[in-house]
Amino acid sequence: MSAEDTLLYLDGVSVSFDGFRALNNLSLVMMPGEMRAIIGPNGAGKTTMMDVITGKTRPDHGTILFEGATDLTRLREASIANLGIGRKFQRPTVFEPHTVWDNLELALKAPRRPLKTLTYAIGRDDKARIEEILEITRLSPKRDRLAGSLSHGEKQWLEIGMLLAQEPKLLLVDEPVAGMTDAETEQTAELLCGIAGKHSVIVVEHDMSFVRALGVKVTVLAEGSVLAEGSLDAVSANSQVIDTYLGR
Amino acid sequence: MRRALRWFMACWLMAVCVVAATSTAALAADLRPLVQALGTGGYAGTEKALAQLSEAGDPAAVPVIEALQAGDLYVRKADGAVVVARKAGADFALTDPLSGADLGPAASGAVDKVKVNNALRRAISASLGALTLMSPDAAVRRSAADAVFKSRDASALDTLNAALAKETDSGVRRAMEQARAAVILTAGASDPDTQAAVATLAGRGDRDALALLTMVAASGASDAAKSAAAAAVASVEQKLAFWAALQNLWYGLSLGSVLLLAAIGLAVTFGVMGVINMAHGEMVMIGAYTTFLVQELFRAHAPGLFDLSILVALPAAFLVAGGVGIAIERSVIRWLYGRPLETLLATWGLSLALQQAVRSIFGPSNREVGAPSWMSGAFELGGLTITYGRLWIVIFAFAVFATLLVALKRTWFGLSIRAVTQNRPMANAMGIRTARVDALTFGLGSGIAGLAGVALSQIDNVSPNLGQGYIIDSFMVVVFGGVGNLWGTLVGALTLGTLNKFLEPYAGAVLGKILVLIFIILFIQRRPRGLFALKGRAVEA
Amino acid sequence: MLTRFFLMGLDRKAGVVLTILALLAVLVPVMTLLVPADSPFHMSVFTVSLLGKYLCFALLALALDLVWGYVGILSLGHAAFFALGGYAMGMYLMRQIGPRGVYGNPVLPDFMVFLNWTELPWYWLGFDQFWFAALMVLAVPGALAFAFGWFAFRSRVTGVYLSIITQALTFALLLAFFRNDMGFGGNNGLTDFKEILGADIQAPGTRVGLFVATVVALALSYMIASGIIASKLGKVLVAVRDTEGRVRFLGYDTESYKLFAWTLSACMAGVAGALYVPQVGIINPSEFAPASSIEAVIWVAVGGRGTLAGAILGAVLVNFGKSYFTGALPELWLFALGGLFVAVTLFLPKGLLGLGAQLAAKLPGNRAGNKSVPGGKTADQKGM
Repeated sequence: MSAEDTLLYLDGVSVSFDGFRALNNLSLVMMPGEMRAIIGPNGAGKTTMMDVITGKTRPDHGTILFEGATDLTRLREASIANLGIGRKFQRPTVFEPHTVWDNLELALKAPRRPLKTLTYAIGRDDKARIEEILEITRLSPKRDRLAGSLSHGEKQWLEIGMLLAQEPKLLLVDEPVAGMTDAETEQTAELLCGIAGKHSVIVVEHDMSFVRALGVKVTVLAEGSVLAEGSLDAVSANSQVIDTYLGR
Repeated sequence: MRRALRWFMACWLMAVCVVAATSTAALAADLRPLVQALGTGGYAGTEKALAQLSEAGDPAAVPVIEALQAGDLYVRKADGAVVVARKAGADFALTDPLSGADLGPAASGAVDKVKVNNALRRAISASLGALTLMSPDAAVRRSAADAVFKSRDASALDTLNAALAKETDSGVRRAMEQARAAVILTAGASDPDTQAAVATLAGRGDRDALALLTMVAASGASDAAKSAAAAAVASVEQKLAFWAALQNLWYGLSLGSVLLLAAIGLAVTFGVMGVINMAHGEMVMIGAYTTFLVQELFRAHAPGLFDLSILVALPAAFLVAGGVGIAIERSVIRWLYGRPLETLLATWGLSLALQQAVRSIFGPSNREVGAPSWMSGAFELGGLTITYGRLWIVIFAFAVFATLLVALKRTWFGLSIRAVTQNRPMANAMGIRTARVDALTFGLGSGIAGLAGVALSQIDNVSPNLGQGYIIDSFMVVVFGGVGNLWGTLVGALTLGTLNKFLEPYAGAVLGKILVLIFIILFIQRRPRGLFALKGRAVEA
Repeated sequence: MLTRFFLMGLDRKAGVVLTILALLAVLVPVMTLLVPADSPFHMSVFTVSLLGKYLCFALLALALDLVWGYVGILSLGHAAFFALGGYAMGMYLMRQIGPRGVYGNPVLPDFMVFLNWTELPWYWLGFDQFWFAALMVLAVPGALAFAFGWFAFRSRVTGVYLSIITQALTFALLLAFFRNDMGFGGNNGLTDFKEILGADIQAPGTRVGLFVATVVALALSYMIASGIIASKLGKVLVAVRDTEGRVRFLGYDTESYKLFAWTLSACMAGVAGALYVPQVGIINPSEFAPASSIEAVIWVAVGGRGTLAGAILGAVLVNFGKSYFTGALPELWLFALGGLFVAVTLFLPKGLLGLGAQLAAKLPGNRAGNKSVPGGKTADQKGM
């Protein structure tokens, strides 16, 4: 497989903090339109992997290419986001002093330079797009509420909505169903499956039933590198995975 | 300088004539006629006789010349005899200048003083220098050699050669050789002699030697001698630059230890607890005023024990400043944990109030804090001059630093502090009373600031504004060194102190300070977490 | 386009502020120049200048609130930009003195003659022209803020660290301006001004004119600031204040947003300083003292951080209090100011304008658990 056809290409990526190897020679390939679930024990490097892809952490070694050509290790967070990589955090992070509508408006794909935002006036298309996302995330009735006053689950949905508004090519989703009810979890799985195809998605999740509901290829991380890759059933049967993560 | 040179030349010319006329006769002659001649012929006569006396090279002449120097040499009007006269009541008691025999009293009108002018005074010290070179006491010989080195009196050369031939003490010998070289270079000599003298002076290597060598390098000596002198000048300059750099290093260390003292307390409150205490400088000020009060008590009740006052002031300042710190923590800061910017504003307000309080109680002017005797004075170490006060402050700063380091690493209290800063809920669950640890930690930081105040009272003006001068510097040290790292504070303080002192000679004190500030601003922007940054995920949140 | 921008920020609060300012701009000239001196409604020229001074401080507070209240940058060095603007205006006023100085030199200000200087330093050239000085009032603080901010924001210096280096910045400038050979009058600063734009600077008409200019500048700045806050850019700024890291992952280059607000704020502070100098008649290095910057912060805190109108209210109230105390009970002023710092941070975290909301929140059943622990994360420091 050559790097040119891939959407995201990680090769031999290592990061260490004060001697602790958070990522150890990690390699991973994502194709356009693919959805991937990533599982692994705490400290396996799942969040650090997202950090190096989005530019928050610089890797000590290794290559990270986006769309086969752009070297992400040299770019700052904002530039990487503008290439089309969106991220949802483990702890839902929304702009609490702003309304739900304003949160989506800020996330909406539009020119990002200060002078453009100073003179920005929302147009018909943008309004329709926000309405659409409000529908998808079931937040329409709460559009004028301050984001800070939403429940935990609603904040998760709002953040997913913001991710959609960005229209990224690749979505990195960290534990999207933490703190959600079973029904909400199911809806989230549907939503993410709907997104895949148009966009590529990487989901990090502990909830096995959610991962099963996604029904996609699974990568198991342990101690900063890939332990196993394949369908959920296949990796669940892998003895190494059972030892380090699932338990007997 | 030039006038001194001209004088040396005149003196030398005269000495050459005198030597030519009298050398053979004077050596054999009794000293008495020469002493007698001191009293005749006015200044010129005295000067001539004096030169002959030094030529004679007999140490017996020393008391006579010393009497002349002290203004005790008189001529008895009755017989023209030169005598030593000292006031005894209304009259003079006369003694023989050479033997010291008592010659009985004389009315003040019966004697005439042998007058001395400036030229004579110099000749006197030069000849005393030459004559004492023969003294049996090594220390006297040594200081005599130094005197000759300074006067460069050519008439001392023969005595110097004679003294060198007999000299056994290597230190004195070196001093004499240097004096001889100075005389030779001033007077001018044959080429090999000049070059040997240049080599000797190059070995001496101080500013006086440098002046002489520079003169030779620019003089009419031979090319070989001139280039030797130029090389010697270069090497001496190098040596001097080395000592100057070392002296600067000492000043830097001294300033650095002052900064360290002011910043250690801040390293505890800001570095360990994350509390921005803008009233930290006022804790230093309170320490200084406590010192003042303790000294007042000693002055009033036990002036004999004044030297101990600083030792009493140390614990007193620690307790007073620490107490104020605990009061501040309990009343204000504990409500503001986790809101550093609000803490900054509230403690700034406290600093204004504390300054005004001290101003209202003690008045706005500077208060006098004395230095104990063991902290005054200075000593020389090679080419360095070190004052005891500064030395003690350097020692004290390092002692405080080491004590704090041990206290945080090795004691139960230190363990509690670290436990509370690292994981508050867990520490709480394990039975550590976190509120008390907070208060005591803040008290510790403030108390250390109080200790700094005791030291600073020795070198700075004790006024209500004392603390304001240190607060920005202290923050710079802590931030530069890396927050939460005591070693960083140490390195930060010493680096900034030294940097300041090395910039000062080139840029001046104010511009130097501005440059250091700009340097820190740029540095923080390059490494926002300071010199010794903690790395890893924990600090990135 | 521009009108839409200005109208965007016009809410009810802005209406109140602008109405009061408009009333001041009309009533003060009438009361000073038209009402006879023996009438109880007459206003003395002294009072006009005092009010003008308060409004200059209000403009400084407004500038500070823009960066502190909306972007979370607590500047402890904003008085530096104020003073730089003041010096630029002071240099123009010095050049206007011309041969009327004590030494009668037609070009060189007195202090330069005193220092035996023979010609004007290059950086004094052009200041005899008002338009040039006016440009410098904006350009000098703006350029310094831009350069400083460019370094600081790109290196991601935030929170307390940023505050401390802004303090170091103004401290360095303080030391520099005290030096005689800097060519700004050293310790004494610039003073003894005679006229501005050809008008006698002491004349009541000029005083009133300066006052009206200050009101206009304040009103314009208020409209610019509230327009920015209401725009999408303002929303980005507020988002940067609370969760800067998250904004970056949305693709916004947060550094340039902060730099924009920071530089604009410095220019506003410069204008405030430039209006302040002709009204008080002097500018000297003490304006750079870190204490002046921190005092400006407390004006904003008293009125209410992040409200714009609160900054104006706070600046006027605190300075009115200062005039009263330093006249009546000078010993107590620092106690009062110090107490104000503590009281506002402990009891009035949202300032006077936030008092209503704060009281509502105190009602039973509405208690927000605001845990505070040392070393904990804060809104200002929270990064990603």
